[in-house]
Amino acid sequence: MSAPSPGRRGFLGAAAGLAGAAIAPGVFLTEYAVAKAPGAPASKAVRWGLLVDATRCASGCDACVKACNTEHGLPEPKRPTDVQWIRKVELKDLRTGAALSAPVMCQHCAEPPCVDVCPTGASFKRADGIVMVDRHTCIGCRYCMMACPYKARSFVHEPVTGQKTDTPRGKGCVESCNLCVHRVDAGGTPACVESCASAGHHALVFGDLNDPDSEISKRIRAVATTQLRADLRTDNGVRYRGI
Amino acid sequence: MRRAVAFLAALGLGLAALVAGAAPGTPTLDRPSGERCVEDPATMRRAHWDFLKHQRDETVRSGIRGAKHSLAGCIECHANAKDGSVLGSRTHFCEGCHAYVAVKLDCFECHASRTRAAQAKAGGRP
Repeated sequence: MSAPSPGRRGFLGAAAGLAGAAIAPGVFLTEYAVAKAPGAPASKAVRWGLLVDATRCASGCDACVKACNTEHGLPEPKRPTDVQWIRKVELKDLRTGAALSAPVMCQHCAEPPCVDVCPTGASFKRADGIVMVDRHTCIGCRYCMMACPYKARSFVHEPVTGQKTDTPRGKGCVESCNLCVHRVDAGGTPACVESCASAGHHALVFGDLNDPDSEISKRIRAVATTQLRADLRTDNGVRYRGI
Repeated sequence: MRRAVAFLAALGLGLAALVAGAAPGTPTLDRPSGERCVEDPATMRRAHWDFLKHQRDETVRSGIRGAKHSLAGCIECHANAKDGSVLGSRTHFCEGCHAYVAVKLDCFECHASRTRAAQAKAGGRP
């Protein structure tokens, strides 16, 4: 193969100059996306994440769970097989009596096992890191539910009525937390984050993990946080403090 | 063979009449609340499913929002003025026509069939 013509190289160089600060030829400082323009696709430059601060999460408070159910039109779970996008987990060290509580939902892994096992490609990760189910392609096989280490997914067993416009959902599909993707695309934050703040706890922080100036990036830089089952190396977008 | 040709011709005429909206016995449907559809009505009658399918993949997979062929947009404009729904009777927009052409309507097994205002009014009840 012949070397690229000087013209092409010149063009690429000029393009690089426009695109961002080049540290070395072909190496760029990462660019950080601002709010998504209407009609623009989800950007690879963004990695949406969530920080759950268990030191601020109040035991017995389920504002986040309620807000999620209201936002997505989910029924109050009554049986173990009912749909659940987010749940409160209460932990207690029996030796010391130290207790903590924190919500657990889809961890929006960078390497999601649910996506690996899906036979139809319905389980997928968006460019901005949100892991979702495309119900148009989901056949309800539930492999993803078995693959998920966080028990984050639910199967809809019964016909659904009264859906919300932004959360289409129906019988025979698997579903899970989608980080309120309709709100995020409109420049908002997930319903759980909003409800936690209005309940006065501020235990949930949502933002762009790729942007060093975002609140979430500053917080995870300042305090020690961890990913659930970090040993699995799924590189979760949801991080926990104080667990 | 001749009969088949005659049948096909009749079918063609019938479809043409349906597209023109002039055939006797065609369904009477709720009037839309907006002034103009996103495409001309003849195109919508022939291809709305293609538009919706194309855009749904871009929206779900790539997160492209606000394009014009939106199912939610259809509902906001075509819903019945009283109950805010496109389903419910032979005069409701989606159900009426799908019943007439005998095509199964799957969208609303998952998607909301009511306007946002009607959903808020119902307070989460079906």
